[in-house]
Amino acid sequence: MDSVNPEQRIFVSYIDKSREYYLAQGDGNPYRWAYHRDAPFTPLRKPLPEARIGLVTTASLLEGDADPEIDSIPKVVYAAPVEPPPQRLYTEHRSWDKEATHTNDLDSFAPINRLQEAAASGRICSLSTRFYGLPTEYSQSKTNEIDAPELLRLCREDRVDAAILVAL
Amino acid sequence: MSLAARHLEEAGIPTVVVGSARDIVEQCAVPRFLFTDFPLGNPCGAPYDVPMQTAMLEMAFDLLENARYPRTTVQTPFRWPTDGWRANYMRVDESKRGELRAMGEARRARRAAAMRAAPPAAGSTPS
Repeated sequence: MDSVNPEQRIFVSYIDKSREYYLAQGDGNPYRWAYHRDAPFTPLRKPLPEARIGLVTTASLLEGDADPEIDSIPKVVYAAPVEPPPQRLYTEHRSWDKEATHTNDLDSFAPINRLQEAAASGRICSLSTRFYGLPTEYSQSKTNEIDAPELLRLCREDRVDAAILVAL
Repeated sequence: MSLAARHLEEAGIPTVVVGSARDIVEQCAVPRFLFTDFPLGNPCGAPYDVPMQTAMLEMAFDLLENARYPRTTVQTPFRWPTDGWRANYMRVDESKRGELRAMGEARRARRAAAMRAAPPAAGSTPS
């Protein structure tokens, strides 16, 4: 089928899909996705042309040209320079649609070059000198108690005024 | 990623999440969400389509500047050229059940071996 069916929900439900997929793999205990009734909100404190923007990705750094063993990639928050931008980032260990598309173009999922252009044009003051990597974790408590605080520490260290977080 | 956005926002750093898994992000509830109805992998624009990527980034900037309430979702106007990916991604049907079962068994064996080699710290849940 290569068309939408308006008799069904058109947006893909990844919660439904992943539950069925992992049940079919014999995992009998479906993942419980994070759920909140409300969300925090902090207004932007300065105009964007005066703001330093931080970029957060779930992709990982590559050391050398060879792809790493998936289980060897450290599950830690990292910061890496935006200049020069990385030629590529490692994404194979993340869940995305490897049949429908590819991640060979960094700016399709980590728009470092597009953000540098926005800084050059004056739309933003600057891109933070480092971008940030956040592992995707099964454990929400690890994200909440270890990774997110570390990401916050790095953003504060770099005096980030606002952050763009891109989920692959 | 949504949990991290909430954490930054609570600490005073405004955020916008850019992504294509609408239900996961909205169920977690984030301050601002730029949604594009694409297959997972290119939430910032189709590969090598610079005008699209520039336009989508501008929409993210616009959300940072103009969203007035938490849980604001904006959908970009872009469409993937085909729709077959919607049904194909993580498809479960009778022809794939054997393959999926084998994948699950292999993953569980790999995880058990990793756990024997390095038990997780107290309180963490292995993936």
